[in-house]
Amino acid sequence: MSIKLEHLNYVYSQGTAYEKKALNDICLEIKHGEFIGIIGHTGSGKSTLIQHLNGLIRATSGELYYNGENIYQEGYDMRKLRSEVGLVFQYPEHQLFEIDVLTDVCFGPRNQGLSPEACRERALEALGLVGLKEKYYQSSPFELSGGQKRRVAIAGVLAMRPKVLVLDEPTAGLDPRGRDDILDQIAFLHKESDMTVILVSHSMEDIARYADRLIVMNKGTVMYHDEPKKVFEHYRELEKVGLAAPQVTYIMHDLAGKGIPVRTDVTTVAEAADEIMRVLEKVE
Amino acid sequence: MIRDITIGQYYPAKSVVHRLDPRVKLMSTLLYLISLFLFKSISGYLIATLFLAAVIRISQVPFSFIVRGLKPVIMLLMITVVFNLFLTRSGEVLFHAWIFTITEGGLVTAVYMAVRLVYLIIGSSLMTFTTTPNELTDGIEALLHPLNKVHVPVHEVAMMMSIALRFIPILLEETDKIMKAQIARGADLESGNMIQRAKSMIPILVPLFVSAFRRANDLAMAMEARCYRGGEGRTKMKPLRYRTRDYMAYLVMIVYVVTVVGIGRYVPLHVWIF
Repeated sequence: MSIKLEHLNYVYSQGTAYEKKALNDICLEIKHGEFIGIIGHTGSGKSTLIQHLNGLIRATSGELYYNGENIYQEGYDMRKLRSEVGLVFQYPEHQLFEIDVLTDVCFGPRNQGLSPEACRERALEALGLVGLKEKYYQSSPFELSGGQKRRVAIAGVLAMRPKVLVLDEPTAGLDPRGRDDILDQIAFLHKESDMTVILVSHSMEDIARYADRLIVMNKGTVMYHDEPKKVFEHYRELEKVGLAAPQVTYIMHDLAGKGIPVRTDVTTVAEAADEIMRVLEKVE
Repeated sequence: MIRDITIGQYYPAKSVVHRLDPRVKLMSTLLYLISLFLFKSISGYLIATLFLAAVIRISQVPFSFIVRGLKPVIMLLMITVVFNLFLTRSGEVLFHAWIFTITEGGLVTAVYMAVRLVYLIIGSSLMTFTTTPNELTDGIEALLHPLNKVHVPVHEVAMMMSIALRFIPILLEETDKIMKAQIARGADLESGNMIQRAKSMIPILVPLFVSAFRRANDLAMAMEARCYRGGEGRTKMKPLRYRTRDYMAYLVMIVYVVTVVGIGRYVPLHVWIF
């Protein structure tokens, strides 16, 4: 159970004046059950990369293996791949279309060929997972608030019970509360159902808090692919490509610079607090 | 998939054609289109072909790019050719089976019609390839300005056109995104009969309309926020001004029209069956 990319290249609008190399020789392996964070500034190829994972974009050259099978080989069942690799686009609430929330969430399972009862069951389960209140199930998706729409759209993908969940900036434009809710929900799913999660985000804090491994994209190439702690050690290089490390990394580096013997490889606020406490207690 | 549509797209290059005043390009395109219907002989077609080829060459737009723009109209073209081929009855009969008859006149008309249509499309798309939508509407507004006197809201029409043109690529991109999102949810857009396929468009059309309305609303707000109140008293940042090359282009156009009409009408070049 893994996704493996070998020397993947992708060129937009090949052969025209708008030709643009979006991905350049990408080699990656994403193992089953991992929580991967992808970061990179706008135009670094993150969105293009994730659209390859379920076959929406076909690579210009290179190979992509899902569970050991080459998805570009003749006769490969793309629809099966798409029901196993669920993709939540940026601003997914823009793709809602049905008359009520429940029917919209049923769209995915229905396309998988499930019976109406099974679709309903899956939809109810997915809506429960994203934490939408039951009183909204029968309302039109267009009447809901932005955050609620987002939950419905994510539920629409979860209802297909994907084995791999890919989310492209699922928290863009949400308030801090909505953001934490959705990310906690995703982390919970990851733990409970042993789902592989790939999260594209601009927020270093979010990524540091949830991801086991981090992929840093820059100009269509993979710049780093490592644990968050190790990646954020390169915070100077990250700054050069328009990114940054989490705020706490800077604080720890400043403290260390002032002669306080703290570890600088912490990435979350909680870890930083523990580390500072540890040092302070030692001093006393 | 959707990127293949090239009609109405701008192709960036630094050619003389790109730099011409949009009014010149609009008038020239119009003249060229009219000129296609002012001659009947093969010599006229030769000159029209040469002229078009020369302009394409100077414009630096790759020929393959132009040809791709013809794809969507192939059906229309085929229908025209078939109708002309079988329904025009004049001259010697070349082929006859049951109710189908192809005559010499029919064949000639069909070929001429096809050539004319293709040139018509290439000619007008060449204008949009070399002119940005903004320039184009500026040109239209300037050319139609006299109509203001008879109370035609020229500025408003031009503004609507430029907004419509501006939205084409945005909506295409949006369609692409929505299509992908629904395919990712297992939507099947390709298989099935006509009715099933029409039905499968609903998940794409509904979000597309919603987003078009949302964008229109946002745009109206943004325009009002910047005190847009229509054309009256509004000045331009870059007013259109004719330069030497524009007068030269007009001259070239006049020479072309005179030649093509003159030669095409009065110097019939008879070759093979014609």
